[in-house]
Amino acid sequence: MVTTPDIAALERPAGLPAADPPLGMLLELTHRCPLQCPYCSNPLHLERAGEELGTAIWESVLDQAAALGVLQVHFSGGEPMARGDLSLLVRRAARLGLYSNLITSAVLLNEAALGVLAEAGLDHVQISFQDAEQAGADRIGNYAGGHAKKLAAAHLVRAAGLALTLNFVVHRHNIARVPEMIAMGEAFGAGRIEIANVQYYGWGLLNRAALLPTRAQLEACTEAVFAARERLRGQMVIDYVVPDYYASEPKGCMGGWARRFMNISPAGRALPCHAAETLPGFDWPSVRAQSLADIWYGSEAFNRYRGTAWMPEPCRSCERREIDWGGCRCQAHALTGDAGRTDPACELSPDHALMAEAAREAEQAAPEFVYRRIGGNVG
Amino acid sequence: MTDEARVPAFRRGVKFRFDTVRDAWIVLAPERLFLPDAPAVEVLKLVDGARSLGAIVDDLCTRFDAPRAVVLADVAAMTADLAEKGVLSW
Repeated sequence: MVTTPDIAALERPAGLPAADPPLGMLLELTHRCPLQCPYCSNPLHLERAGEELGTAIWESVLDQAAALGVLQVHFSGGEPMARGDLSLLVRRAARLGLYSNLITSAVLLNEAALGVLAEAGLDHVQISFQDAEQAGADRIGNYAGGHAKKLAAAHLVRAAGLALTLNFVVHRHNIARVPEMIAMGEAFGAGRIEIANVQYYGWGLLNRAALLPTRAQLEACTEAVFAARERLRGQMVIDYVVPDYYASEPKGCMGGWARRFMNISPAGRALPCHAAETLPGFDWPSVRAQSLADIWYGSEAFNRYRGTAWMPEPCRSCERREIDWGGCRCQAHALTGDAGRTDPACELSPDHALMAEAAREAEQAAPEFVYRRIGGNVG
Repeated sequence: MTDEARVPAFRRGVKFRFDTVRDAWIVLAPERLFLPDAPAVEVLKLVDGARSLGAIVDDLCTRFDAPRAVVLADVAAMTADLAEKGVLSW
């Protein structure tokens, strides 16, 4: 009786090309962050504070997003709490009826800051944890004392009566502790937790040999997640994201290119996903120069891989083409050098053997991390 | 079987509102959204954290021509489904 939306069934604004309004928007307010996680989803070339959009432009982006049909906004980064105007933007979103989500490392989150955000109308807080135990967590974030701060912050979120999600990014160094991560979610009374395997683009791809789990590790993790889902049905939602390297079918990345979602970088570049800047040969539209509606409906970048017309075989004639939308463009580019190919995660892809080849790295000794740093000597 | 005294409520972090762009009622939840169909919308409009399941069914029966037992079974099934999805507590 209640289903996830079939967007194709919803009506389109008259006179606009064949796309539905976006449902969600990720606002990467800044790339500044106290943590240095080696799988950060930000691009290798991080934008500096001086390039960031000002408050007035972000407010205009929120106004335009609501008018365009966006329903949920995710304030992210970097660390969004590094921006002094976060509460102003949350207040603006609340006034527009947008569902607001704060995606935070929580190391800057104290009682006063949370109180201001709650009062401004924040709906939901998602706190990232790097592990279920302190030493491993602080090593991944390269931030001593971070784990303890996050635990304290999660208690504050619960005390403030806000909805809480715990997010765990998992990889070969912490994947064995997935049962303890789920127990943390239970202990906090979180309504939702995410067990998300590292996605291997940008920083994650750079550190793949240090992070990719073995097939046996992944299978134990999957078993733990499925058992917990059954046990906690109706009490806690557990979202689970697998790495594609052991998959036979690709994931429907972002629900399809520019089909549901848009991402705005700190400097105002509009992207169909947060990893899209890894793709060469794009002239990404900017919210400084164009309206969101023009970008969403009219830009070449958003239309390039939208729908199914761009697809090569075996996608074009595949019965799953409107389920997985050809998989992930960033992964196709990262592994084959061509963003327009079938995602190698698919067993029908001519490049599928690349996945197994890369997965052999997981059996080798893990190299040192390349930590995420602004101005780091990478890329 | 069904306890009519139970009181359904939207869980923390869940919002139910009308979207003028799509001309549709929408349930917004952490990292999720749902499009309730017309009967579900009528039920969700009555969920306020105070009305019991029985009171919701009584209200619906005054407006829709259906046997009470049928309405009760439908509403109870829908409420249980939404509780499992993390939208309602009860």
